[in-house]
Amino acid sequence: MSAVSATSADMAETRRKSFDLSMPIFIFLALLLTALVALPLFWIIFYSFRSDTGAGATLENFVTLVTDSTLLQAYGLAIGMSLAVGLLSCVVATPMAWLVARTDLPGRKWIRMLVTASFVTPPFLGAIAYEILAAPNTGLANVVYRKIFGLDQSTVLVNIYTFSGLVFAIACFTFPYVFTLVSNALDKVPSDLEDASSILGGNAMTTLRKVTIPMVLPAMLAGTLIAILQSLTMFGSPAIIALPAGFHVITTKIWSLFQFPPRLGLAAASAIPLLILTIILLQTQKAILGRKGYTVLGGKSGSPRLTKFGRWKWVAIAFVLTVLSLTIFFPYLALVKTAFTNTVGDPLTWDTLTLKHWNFVLFEFSATRLAMWNTMLLGVLTATAVTAIALVVSYLVVRRSVTGSKYLGLLATAPVAIPGIVLGVGLFLSYANPTFQLYGTLWILLIAFMTIELPAGYQQMSSSFAGVHPELEEAGRILGASRMTTLRHITAPLLRTSVVAAWCFVFVGTIRELSATILLTTANTKLVSVIIYDLNESGDLGAICVLGILLLLISFAVVYVANRVPVLGGAQMSTRG
Amino acid sequence: MRSLKFAAAALAVSVFTVSASFAQAPAPYSVSPDLLEAAKKEGKVVFYTATDVAVAEKLAELFEKEFPGIDVQVERAGSERVFQRVGQEYSSGIHNADVTETSDAVHFLYFKKQGWLEPMVPQVVADKWPEDEKDPDGNFAAYRAHLSVMAYRSDLMPEADAPKTWTDLLDPKYKGKMVKAHPGYSGTVMTATFVLSELLGWDYFEKLGKQNVMQVQSSTEPPKKLAQGERVLEVDGNEYNVFRLQDDGVQIKIVYPEEGTPLAVGNAAVMKQAPHPNAAKVFYAFLFSLEAQQLNSDFGGLRSFHPDVKEKATKTPLSKIKVLHSDPAKLETQIQTIKTNYEKYFGT
Repeated sequence: MSAVSATSADMAETRRKSFDLSMPIFIFLALLLTALVALPLFWIIFYSFRSDTGAGATLENFVTLVTDSTLLQAYGLAIGMSLAVGLLSCVVATPMAWLVARTDLPGRKWIRMLVTASFVTPPFLGAIAYEILAAPNTGLANVVYRKIFGLDQSTVLVNIYTFSGLVFAIACFTFPYVFTLVSNALDKVPSDLEDASSILGGNAMTTLRKVTIPMVLPAMLAGTLIAILQSLTMFGSPAIIALPAGFHVITTKIWSLFQFPPRLGLAAASAIPLLILTIILLQTQKAILGRKGYTVLGGKSGSPRLTKFGRWKWVAIAFVLTVLSLTIFFPYLALVKTAFTNTVGDPLTWDTLTLKHWNFVLFEFSATRLAMWNTMLLGVLTATAVTAIALVVSYLVVRRSVTGSKYLGLLATAPVAIPGIVLGVGLFLSYANPTFQLYGTLWILLIAFMTIELPAGYQQMSSSFAGVHPELEEAGRILGASRMTTLRHITAPLLRTSVVAAWCFVFVGTIRELSATILLTTANTKLVSVIIYDLNESGDLGAICVLGILLLLISFAVVYVANRVPVLGGAQMSTRG
Repeated sequence: MRSLKFAAAALAVSVFTVSASFAQAPAPYSVSPDLLEAAKKEGKVVFYTATDVAVAEKLAELFEKEFPGIDVQVERAGSERVFQRVGQEYSSGIHNADVTETSDAVHFLYFKKQGWLEPMVPQVVADKWPEDEKDPDGNFAAYRAHLSVMAYRSDLMPEADAPKTWTDLLDPKYKGKMVKAHPGYSGTVMTATFVLSELLGWDYFEKLGKQNVMQVQSSTEPPKKLAQGERVLEVDGNEYNVFRLQDDGVQIKIVYPEEGTPLAVGNAAVMKQAPHPNAAKVFYAFLFSLEAQQLNSDFGGLRSFHPDVKEKATKTPLSKIKVLHSDPAKLETQIQTIKTNYEKYFGT
């Protein structure tokens, strides 16, 4: 008897001790996340009220912001561009999602996979591919067009260095957001509602128009808003296409304010409206998605009905092939061709084939090895750190184990509202000073990537957590394990597949980041994305293509591993480019 | 304003009291076995440069062959970007760079004023360099020079159609055919824009801005766009990149207008807080050696101030070209104006 009570007292003792651990962890995480999010924002606001020329508080940065025509124009163009991208993405992605989810189109699985591939493509690499394809004179599309119709040199079919060219090149790599959301929503629309429509005499078109489309409308709008947000805050593609065309969007304009001597106050002030716009867009998205519940009213009642194509099948196939060619096949072929030929304009023959660019990148260019190493190191570190933090945070939040844990979830989601370039400005202001001296080290990049990727990792982990019934954990707790031990030995193994998937997505998201990175790297902390950008500024397209191919191979290898994991199908990607 | 006074003072010193000012510079040095030993212990030198990346890497290769055991880390970006980087790093207390080199002479006046440079004079610079092309206090010296040239694809545009003067470029027939680099990125173009705005006035650029000019960043890029065939005529760009492409067999011809062609002088210096001070000293001396300067000329197409460098016969010698020099002290006061006007006329 006494032995037993001694044991249970022991157990209570250990339990209390280990139970206490979740409180310190909670406090630690709360402090960490607050620092990650609040510090950069604080400095942005602080600097926006500071004069660039002298000390002291001032409103002059905001006055410049609303009176300087170049800044206003940059904002105007950025907003116009992102709205156009959103619209284009929606118009292309919705029919495609319907074809894949609700028709008997052959190769539907492959199409979904290929669209995921354009997710993995860094948008700046896509923009460079389109420079090769659609530059007015040497663009392969124009060259082929002239050759086929025997036209002279001055005829131009497409010109990527225009506003519409920019919109197109961005939309190619943002439409997957709409596609993924809409096709997932279509998978869930119960077929009995559609059956009801048919029984009441509605033909296929009427059913589509009156039942199916209204049900997926929230997903369409939400996807479009993400595409708008993506392009509004994107740096790489506009820098590659808009600058040669002779205009700035807001992200490139903010970046140009960093030219020495930097105008930090004005840069900070210019970033604030971007932050506000982002928050508004996210709130709108939340409001729309909040109503999503009604689309799954019927639950999963049977498999979705597939529309059967007759002779229209070829039209559908042609449409899908066109979209896939424009977003995947052509850009990738252009990259490969340029990597193996002397200059972009060369025709592809045995004589023009060369390994010159590979030799340069792999053996002569001294930045390659360091950049590859840094990129891989940061990718692995960020992915591991974010997955670990997301796992613990979502455990604490979903299981409501500590009072105030909801606050943690909010903090982990908050960075989604901070555009990459704004975060770059904020982190530069926070950590590039004699106190911290983190600028110029990999730490500042690790902090940036963790902040950027945390929301995506957290969203993924918390939704997986919701799917694990607490009774298994309760069994562990009853047998005397602490919360953290239960998490380690029971919950985490159950969630292994989602953990691996989240890890991979964070990894891919990290190695394609450019918006924040561009302001934070120095010579010793170069990343592959940045040297690609540097090489673009000096016009070395061949070398860029080689580096881009290497980067893509690594991304695909990781995603391939991720795809071996069954849960991954509809997992959510990082919401940043 | 202070900088202007300072530069004026420096200029006065250099003009009136050459011998006295020279006494302020440290005694010339050569690479001694002791120095080399110390440099090898450091094992590495970091070179911030604005020279075309292929040329800079070739130079690094020659150095590594000559001084095995010391690796060169080449960090190439546009002049203004290198300047921005050094500025950000030194203001944040970060000292990555050993040796810095850009094609905008203003930068070195600024670095010197900030006290970010370590004065030192390689023997060869003391012996062979013209007085105008080195700092009287020994902070920096002219490592290279090149012209910012107008050029065209001679196989795509007959010589009769090619422009002869700067103002010819305003002819509507060149609309949509030209490419040019950006003064916010390239020191060469910053210098050229300053010199030409003095010569032709800003309304020249205002009109040029309406010619639908393709805007690239680095002054290494317009010649590459010509080679690619994306445009047939460049408004500015490095002469040395044109030479390199001509060697590769690309049909490009340079136009040296009667009004003159802007010259960009690329200075080099050792940083005050160089992380590898001895390797930096060895590398700095190497930069001005005949072998390095000859390589720059042969492989890189750069102009050299070393009197013994032999130029290829295909190059027009500098003595036959009307060269427009710029006064860095005057340019320094104009930088913001140039950037603002440029954005007004060219959009970025």
